[in-house]
Amino acid sequence: MIVMRDLRKDFTVRVKAGRLRRHKRTVSAVGGITLGIERGEMVGYIGPNGAGKSTTLKMLTGVLTPSSGEVSVCGLAPVPQRTRLALRIGVVFGQRSQLWWDLPLRESFALLRHVYRVPAAEHEARLRRCRALLDLDEFLDTPVRQLSLGQRMRGELTAALLHGPEVLFLDEPTIGLDVVSKQAVRSFLAELGAGGDVTLVLTTHDLADIERLCRRLVVIDHGRVVHDGTIEALHARYGSRRSLVADLVDPLPEGFALPGAAITATEADRHRVTFALEGATAGAAVAGLVAAVGVRDLSLLEPDIEDVVARLYATPDPSDAP
Amino acid sequence: MVPGGASVPTISRIGPFRGSTTTFGALIGSGFRRYATYRQATIAGTFTNTVFGFLRCYVLLAVAASTAGGQPGGYDARQLATYVWVGQGLLSVIGIWGWTELADRIRSGDIAADLLRPVSPLVAYLAADLGRALYAMLTRFGPPLVAGAIFFPLHTPVRWQTVPLFAISAVLAVTICFGCRYLVNATAYWLQDARGPITFWTLCSGVLGGLYFPLRLLPEEFTVALWVATPLPSLLQTPLDVISERDGPALQAGLVALQVVWAVVTLGLAAWVQRRAERRLVVQGG
Repeated sequence: MIVMRDLRKDFTVRVKAGRLRRHKRTVSAVGGITLGIERGEMVGYIGPNGAGKSTTLKMLTGVLTPSSGEVSVCGLAPVPQRTRLALRIGVVFGQRSQLWWDLPLRESFALLRHVYRVPAAEHEARLRRCRALLDLDEFLDTPVRQLSLGQRMRGELTAALLHGPEVLFLDEPTIGLDVVSKQAVRSFLAELGAGGDVTLVLTTHDLADIERLCRRLVVIDHGRVVHDGTIEALHARYGSRRSLVADLVDPLPEGFALPGAAITATEADRHRVTFALEGATAGAAVAGLVAAVGVRDLSLLEPDIEDVVARLYATPDPSDAP
Repeated sequence: MVPGGASVPTISRIGPFRGSTTTFGALIGSGFRRYATYRQATIAGTFTNTVFGFLRCYVLLAVAASTAGGQPGGYDARQLATYVWVGQGLLSVIGIWGWTELADRIRSGDIAADLLRPVSPLVAYLAADLGRALYAMLTRFGPPLVAGAIFFPLHTPVRWQTVPLFAISAVLAVTICFGCRYLVNATAYWLQDARGPITFWTLCSGVLGGLYFPLRLLPEEFTVALWVATPLPSLLQTPLDVISERDGPALQAGLVALQVVWAVVTLGLAAWVQRRAERRLVVQGG
């Protein structure tokens, strides 16, 4: 469905070098990505700010011309065949709007039907489904400029789906949303993906989106793919550890050590301590701790994807190495 | 497909031509409704146009009274009053000023959303602008004209073809004006911020388009050069000369024919610029 082969995008920036002189410098935003995505896959595309996520998405949707490499979406070349591709993909940019500012949602949707030339019955059926799943009815007649961010986002999602796209690109669809709206968007997308017809590519900074929706995770950094696989594979590869948090009766003695577990944090005057389990089983660690100090409360935390990704982002850029 | 049922991507075409016409019509309707939302702006704008109409009309009539023969630039007093009042009505229909939507969207990166539609941005914006002009024609063209007719003797067209020719000329003027504004706004693709070109356009189009004074008051060689070398006189001067019957039937029709040429040139240029811009486009922001 989506094929990228050594896809690159370089930007030329002019750097001030004196009163009038400017130096040209080439900055590589995407530095050779090779990736294939099959029909019906739900792929999370993550990376730190400036990693090249949005740039990749712009190239996939035909808005940006790649500097080199090959790209094809739905068997089409995005830039030269942009208008044909537009009929077959849906795009939601969390930070931009595709709706008409002055028009109520209802009219925006009706207009989109004509723009995409969708038969009335199909349009009606899709709109009905979105209205039910995304709770659109209460603000369907409100002009877009008066909608809250959460409402607008639900409108944007609907707008991207009304022509029945084969591929849906979502660029930070939950950015700035409150918990309830995020949940609504996520369960809607989960339902969408469950059908297996729509290919979904999602970029986000909210890893809960990914955990909830995507089996496959592509991490890019400095314009290169640094991980491509399941979330479990990511944990295994980067040695994610479970952690044990204990509330103690007395402060933890200086120099205390637990075999197979490392202290990663102490809080509240050493009354609360966090261990990362490195080899020790949870049972052994708890037994060892209880035997040594008075324990008031205990909790065991599963590895957090945020931590893994934070560690991944902190890894130095391979291209910077000598 | 999702949501809603069929498992095959079903973008059914109703037939390419009928489909395109429906899409174009729907986009015109959207432009109409977007402007119809702002009723107070419509009323305030109409009032302002009318007030300035009085100002301009008295000035031009004073010029006429002090000119030997009473026919400055070849207009009699009635024709001058018609020139002013139809011009005041036509001003907002043509929409010389205030359109920065494309430049704003390029600067903010929202242009990406326009490029993700299966309709070229030029076509979509043209349709929306025709809708805007249609709304302005229905609401803002009449009131200044009525006010003018009440307080001043106006010229009544004597030739049968004048009114239809004026209608054609007005549509062409809207199209040419759109093409020019699109080009001015499109400089934002290269400059990021098109405020400079837009200010320059506002000045030129007002002075050289025939809004502030009829261009026929200028030396004839200069006027002819402007007409042939720039699209500006085709914006207001042509439709106003057509309706006030300043020239003989041949020249009257000839000026409209010249508008056709300028409409083709400006739209063609805008399409070319848009294609160039898309190749080098950098969509701003993440």
